[in-house]
Amino acid sequence: LRKNIEDFTGPRERSDLGFITFDITADILNGKNGFIFDWNVKQLFLYLSAEYSTKNNALNQVVLWDKIILRGDNPRLFLKDMKSKYFFFDDGNGLKGNRNVTLTLSWNVVPNAGILPLVTGSGHVSVPFPDTYETTKSY
Amino acid sequence: EPLRSVPAMLSLDFLDDVRRMNKRQLYYQVLNFGMIVSSALMIWKGLMVVTGSESPIVVVLSGSMEPAFHRGDLLFLTNRIEDPIRVGEIVVFRIEGREIPIVHRVLKIHEKQNGDIKFLTKGDNNAVDDRGLYKRGQHWLEKKDVVGRARGFVPYIGIVTILMNDYPKFKYAVLFLLGLFVLVHRE
Repeated sequence: LRKNIEDFTGPRERSDLGFITFDITADILNGKNGFIFDWNVKQLFLYLSAEYSTKNNALNQVVLWDKIILRGDNPRLFLKDMKSKYFFFDDGNGLKGNRNVTLTLSWNVVPNAGILPLVTGSGHVSVPFPDTYETTKSY
Repeated sequence: EPLRSVPAMLSLDFLDDVRRMNKRQLYYQVLNFGMIVSSALMIWKGLMVVTGSESPIVVVLSGSMEPAFHRGDLLFLTNRIEDPIRVGEIVVFRIEGREIPIVHRVLKIHEKQNGDIKFLTKGDNNAVDDRGLYKRGQHWLEKKDVVGRARGFVPYIGIVTILMNDYPKFKYAVLFLLGLFVLVHRE
């Protein structure tokens, strides 16, 4: 995981922008309750989210990356050196020096018909952000 | 009296039946009809109370959440205040001043200690987030914009309401046939 932060004039006032690269290895064929892709599962909406606390906000959650896995797709993921799909802007400057940013993989089970459960994967990764900003814009 | 089949109704037999029904029977049928309508309304209001949402069932109107949901799918919502809004959830929201509810996924949340929350949404099938859809100058959605969270769904069924909306003649035909059916059908 490589991380650097840059003060970036985004859509609103200057806020912290985080850059994270990650690897994902997942075998989602077999969940806790057995075979996940049963007859009533149309797709899984997989997403990687970062959760952290800042002075401004008690709870922040940002989706960094998502993927739709349809029934019949290869359920094994071997993703390396992935860049986040969405800009990781904080609401303010709370990423600088933040040691407690947790990345979790979760998924939304979309059935052919019925209930839409949201499942959080067990196990998460902590990503500490450095205390300084990077000034070069190399992404 | 058994239910009349459609071909039988198309012949003029049923007109004779209506004439034969005396006033009392007609009033009875009208009251029956009224009861059905009231019961339906009560069930709907009951659903509103149980789910906490002003619109506990909505029809998906666009393809912005494909391949999960398609136009015409029916969504069942709850809007309990105790349920916190978290990323990954599918929310149905209204933009201030607009009538049409939008069904998208929560992409980002920033929640204060006191529970005040602002969040950003995006349709699965859209390339960019919804900021372009919000009101001018509005960057975030808030709890007050939420109609409910999607908890379950059934496909296709809502297509009838879309058809009724897009083709008013179809709506009148459906209502006319329904009314006819209830009035003529005798228990």
